[in-house]
Amino acid sequence: MIFEYAPAPESRSVVDLKPSYGLFVDGEFVDPTDGGSFKSINPASEEVLAEVAEAGAGDVDRAVRAARRAYEQVWGPMPGRDRAKYLFRIARIIQERSRELAVLESLDNGKPIRESRDVDLPLVAAHFFYYAGWADKLPHAGFGPDPQPIGVAAQVIPWNFPLLMLAWKIAPALAAGNTVVLKPAETTPLTALLFAEICQQADLPAGVVNIVTGAGDTGRALVEHADVDKVAFTGSTEVGRAIARSIAGTRKKLTLELGGKAANIVFDDAPVDQAVEGIVNGIFFNQGHVCCAGSRLLIQENVAEQVLESLKRRMAQLRVGDPLDKNTDIGAINSAAQLARIRELSDAGSAEGAERWSPACELPERGFWFAPTIFTGVTQAHRIAREEIFGPVLSVLTFRTPAEAVEKANNTPYGLSAGIWTDKGSRILWMADRLRAGVVWANTFNKFDPTSPFGGYKESGYGREGGRHGLEGYLNV
Amino acid sequence: MSERVAVRKTYKLFIGGKFPRSESGRSYLVQDANVSLASRKDARDAVVAARAAVKGWAGATAYNRGQILYRVAEILEGRREQFVALGVPADEVDAAIDRWVWYAGWADKLTQVYGGANPVAGPYFNLSSPEPTGVVGVVAPEQPALLGLVSVIAPAIVTGNTVVVAASPAAPLAAVTLAEVLATSDLPGGVVNILTGRLTETAPTLASHMDVNAIDLTGVTDAELAADLEIKAAENLKRVLRPAPADHDWTTDPGITRMTTLLETKTVWHPKGV
Repeated sequence: MIFEYAPAPESRSVVDLKPSYGLFVDGEFVDPTDGGSFKSINPASEEVLAEVAEAGAGDVDRAVRAARRAYEQVWGPMPGRDRAKYLFRIARIIQERSRELAVLESLDNGKPIRESRDVDLPLVAAHFFYYAGWADKLPHAGFGPDPQPIGVAAQVIPWNFPLLMLAWKIAPALAAGNTVVLKPAETTPLTALLFAEICQQADLPAGVVNIVTGAGDTGRALVEHADVDKVAFTGSTEVGRAIARSIAGTRKKLTLELGGKAANIVFDDAPVDQAVEGIVNGIFFNQGHVCCAGSRLLIQENVAEQVLESLKRRMAQLRVGDPLDKNTDIGAINSAAQLARIRELSDAGSAEGAERWSPACELPERGFWFAPTIFTGVTQAHRIAREEIFGPVLSVLTFRTPAEAVEKANNTPYGLSAGIWTDKGSRILWMADRLRAGVVWANTFNKFDPTSPFGGYKESGYGREGGRHGLEGYLNV
Repeated sequence: MSERVAVRKTYKLFIGGKFPRSESGRSYLVQDANVSLASRKDARDAVVAARAAVKGWAGATAYNRGQILYRVAEILEGRREQFVALGVPADEVDAAIDRWVWYAGWADKLTQVYGGANPVAGPYFNLSSPEPTGVVGVVAPEQPALLGLVSVIAPAIVTGNTVVVAASPAAPLAAVTLAEVLATSDLPGGVVNILTGRLTETAPTLASHMDVNAIDLTGVTDAELAADLEIKAAENLKRVLRPAPADHDWTTDPGITRMTTLLETKTVWHPKGV
């Protein structure tokens, strides 16, 4: 028997949005001096949420100078145990205000509340908690007896996990003794600004964390600022390449976490129902706006039909719609521009001869939406098998032997993640050894943890975030 | 009786375990010898050889790689006088031999030191292990000719990478002689490839090559060339080791950063359950 779902909306009242937000520089919210402003909208309704300052080059300079001052006078000389206490405070305030942050994240980003509430926010708090504990133990981290911070870190983050990416950047930087200037993505600046309030609430010394909102020009001014010692970027491979070029010949250290085109490989002995859950989680989690999404499904040929049948049945159960509804599985696409890109690549999939399928699925009239979609009959030459779509679109290929699966999985310039589904332990380890990817999920997918290093091979970037390894990018080693 | 006429040695490139002349047919006079002047095509050929060697070398056991690197030190010890005859100071040869031995021992230890189990908040096995990045282009230091060269080759290959090395243009004979040591040390052909000639020809080819995973600019002394090579390397996001400071002391403890910069960390997850 099939029951109708009644809507179960999460209340917005927990969020107190201001009509406009300034830049967070030297502990204060300030108006831009040479920038402008832009609007952040709710992608599920296209309603304007707030007006946000756009930092110009002068504003970026002001933020970098504040960070430098804080580094030299306060944060750098501060004993690790005191830095730790500030980070623990921040972790606790995030836990205390987690519902507010989760609702705001879903409003600004379009992701389902179930995900921001149950995945993003717990991971954000855990990340600060984890790195807080490192701040006074750095001599034991394996980077020499007295590892030193680098200085001022310029950090540019994407819109897919706004607060989680902020945590991945700020927590290890501060634990290691650096100060930061962070630029959130232009479509999702609001939770970073709420985080700035949390820094104030924690009495974090002024200038240790600075947040400059804006788009590409603001990011460029920040990354290319001469007084920045370290650049950390998460985003597209194209922008990552430009940043790598721009820091050539400088002293700046760089870590990059870029695109992916992960293979999710299903063998004929895998439990089908579990594998299907993993496939769905791999590509439809967060609307597929995930750099490590399992966007290429490789199924062993003899079970392809059976797996696809189950997958389609499961996809028909996915609920697309209001991100604040607690029943929602797939929320809104983050922006009109991203929706256009997903449409363009999906159209290319059809035009190049792959077969497109989506479950019957009613989409809201306003806002940016894309039904969960799979393509079968995909070849390795198709654009949808080579280019990162960053949306709820899965390309399905088949293979016969493990060696062929490895060959196809590695046939990409990316190398961020991979998935293996099989009941045979020795085959998991054999495959894991051969897959050129920074994270390999075996009989699971899209799992994250602050203790677990994350990052790519090849053109998916370099450096690791998370775990002991995540400290390395913020220490002078 | 007339004095015996010596048999002179021809100094050639080292590519894929063989000693070819430059495909360009060119040479240059340096250290009283005609040394091959490697072309861009030679550099590309060397990358092909290095790539072909990755599977076997990265796939060899750490113990086996350690054995082979130790064997290199043994053979080098036996050829001490040859290097001295080329003008390499005896204590530098000793330091170079000791450095091979030091790195040889790292082969089966770095994974434990640099990797490890991660205590994730859930019922999962979670393990991070370092793996070689693949093919590494190396610009060797101009000086010291032997110790500098050994200090950039050994850390790259001990973990399973293969290398294409642009040798010091002004003092290439030690590099070619080292190639003869490597060729007789059970090191599989293609793991180390050595080019002699102009950096302006070989280094940009390595930095821009799309099948090279990392570039070590240690020996680049011209800041403008270094920046240009780093820009070229960005095209496929090569891992970059920046030039060493001019006053770098090669006799000090090298640490592990040279090795770790040329590694990738792979983290494997698996659920626990019955």
